[in-house]
Amino acid sequence: MTAAILPALRKPRLGRFGDPAFRALTSAFALLVLVILGGIVAALARGALPALAKFGLPFLASAAWNPVKENFGAAAPIYGTLVTSAIAMLVAIPLAFGIALFITELCPAWLKRPLGTMIELLAAIPSIIYGIWGLFVFAPFLQAHLEPAIIASLGALPGIGALFAGPPLGIGLLTAGLILAIMVLPFITAVMRDVFATVPAILRESAYGIGATTFEVVWRVVLPYTRTGVLGGIMLGLGRALGETMAVTFVIGNAHRIQASLLQPGTTISAALANEFTEAVGDIYTSSLIALGLILFIITAIVLALAKLMLIRLEARAGA
Amino acid sequence: MRGFTAAALAAIGATFLAAAPEAAQISGAGATFPYPIYAKWAEAYKAKTGVAMNYQSIGSGGGIKQIESKTVDFGASDMPLKPQDLEKAGLLQFPMIMGGEVAVLNLKGVAPGTLKLDGKALAGIYLGKIAKWNDPALQKLNPGLALPDQAIAVIHRSDGSGTTFIFTDYLSKVSPEWSDSVGASTAVGWPVGLGGKGNEGVAALVGRTAGAIGYVEYAYAKQNNLAYALLANKSGAYNQPDAASFQAAAANADWRSAKDFDLLLTDQPGAASWPITGASFILMHRQQAKPATAKQVLDFFDWCYRHGQSLAAELDYVPMPASVVDLVEAGWKTQITGPDGKPVWTGPGS
Repeated sequence: MTAAILPALRKPRLGRFGDPAFRALTSAFALLVLVILGGIVAALARGALPALAKFGLPFLASAAWNPVKENFGAAAPIYGTLVTSAIAMLVAIPLAFGIALFITELCPAWLKRPLGTMIELLAAIPSIIYGIWGLFVFAPFLQAHLEPAIIASLGALPGIGALFAGPPLGIGLLTAGLILAIMVLPFITAVMRDVFATVPAILRESAYGIGATTFEVVWRVVLPYTRTGVLGGIMLGLGRALGETMAVTFVIGNAHRIQASLLQPGTTISAALANEFTEAVGDIYTSSLIALGLILFIITAIVLALAKLMLIRLEARAGA
Repeated sequence: MRGFTAAALAAIGATFLAAAPEAAQISGAGATFPYPIYAKWAEAYKAKTGVAMNYQSIGSGGGIKQIESKTVDFGASDMPLKPQDLEKAGLLQFPMIMGGEVAVLNLKGVAPGTLKLDGKALAGIYLGKIAKWNDPALQKLNPGLALPDQAIAVIHRSDGSGTTFIFTDYLSKVSPEWSDSVGASTAVGWPVGLGGKGNEGVAALVGRTAGAIGYVEYAYAKQNNLAYALLANKSGAYNQPDAASFQAAAANADWRSAKDFDLLLTDQPGAASWPITGASFILMHRQQAKPATAKQVLDFFDWCYRHGQSLAAELDYVPMPASVVDLVEAGWKTQITGPDGKPVWTGPGS
């Protein structure tokens, strides 16, 4: 008798204690993320304190970087980080958009799968490979062919000519931005392709049915339907571009200077950290580098917050 | 699960035990410049004696931090520490190996070893004052060469490095302007140029950038077949960079009167000297808690001094002259002591 009842009893007991236990376990995991994040911020802030106390707010605006005189400023790495990421986005977003559209809307069925796989393969290449390729293949190509042409044409224009001045080095902000564009391309493309594929066929076919062109379908139906996902893909790419280290270090020139020309060397926050942390002698030097890390953290947080804000506004407008 | 945890703990424990300086294992960390020769010496020494030496080439700054916190048996630095810093940390410093640095070029139509530079011109290039290869200052030093109307791409190290320290120390000695505005350190505020990571990064950038000039350790220039410039030394003579001219610079150095061997071999006198020569240093605690390990470390270095010369020459390093070795070992005998106050090392094979 008891033997027959026991299994029946055990079931509800498991449910009673199993669910709360599972809830506790998962919430502990979630809490762990917060604890780790908080710990990182606290450790960065503590490490950055000596430098921030010494230089104050001008640390953000100063382009000085002199380990000998222990005078440091974050302006050059911040500038380099933002400019290279901006170049990467400027190049990668239209490209990714075009590729994703081609795959979902125009591509013959037999090409869809191989093309998609190839793009995903791009994402699987380690960043050091991009760096080495950039240094040995891409940079010499830019120096010999693309940059002289840019300097001769765009460099001669008034105003924006300053952006494309100077000797062709093959190494610099532009090269780093272009490498970053190639690196973030698969991420943005993959997300865009997936969200474009979620558009219900009935919407698409209705649009074609009332005589819309492919362009109109894309612009009026597919894009509005998927803009949240598209923006998410762009942010994913931007996050990667802001923090990318190894490939950038190889091709950016690692110079703590702010120059108008995109063809000249610069540095990014992560490149400066990767280069200088091991041999940074002295407390202020080390602390300044940690402060750079904190700034990168803040920049990334701001970018994410802006993205969230944009999404909320988009949704509000769509709802209205 | 429990079995797995126990196994994992055992594995972690074993890792820590293996890292601890056991009887036949000594450990060091620091400069990257001497790493190839230290690794080679360690291999040969282990084959001979069974004592393994584990060296992590994490950079001079890291080596200094690690020896100060006593996580390694010795530290290595390309930049000699000042006597007061050594005293504060209770460290003894001695030079282990020497090498030279060369200015490497990527200049079409200029054969290796034909372009002549002096200290002032080199400083001018790195200050950005000389921006083109056909600058009158360079043309004057090279009357026989047709120098192109090409921008100079200045290449420097992007990471902190003992190599940079030796190079900037040389520029500071030959150019008051460099000394005032930039100075000498493992990392400096470069007025112009692009940075490459490591000797290999600089070598790659120079090799790939038309019109480039950079500085690397001689071995890297040789291995990568990079064209190099001839540099005027203090006497105004132009020598080939090789073991002979590095050795000449070292021989002219006055180690005896340099406290704690705080001496730099750049811009040494003597007609045969190469101007950018440097030594790499070892750091050890004067007070040794584990005299047996300290003795093993010193036995290893003694073997390197006395039997490691040919290995050093193979890798284009310059061994320390015998007179300097005697001076160093005399210091070991009196200054490195165990907890009982007795010297831990009393002579070769002791």
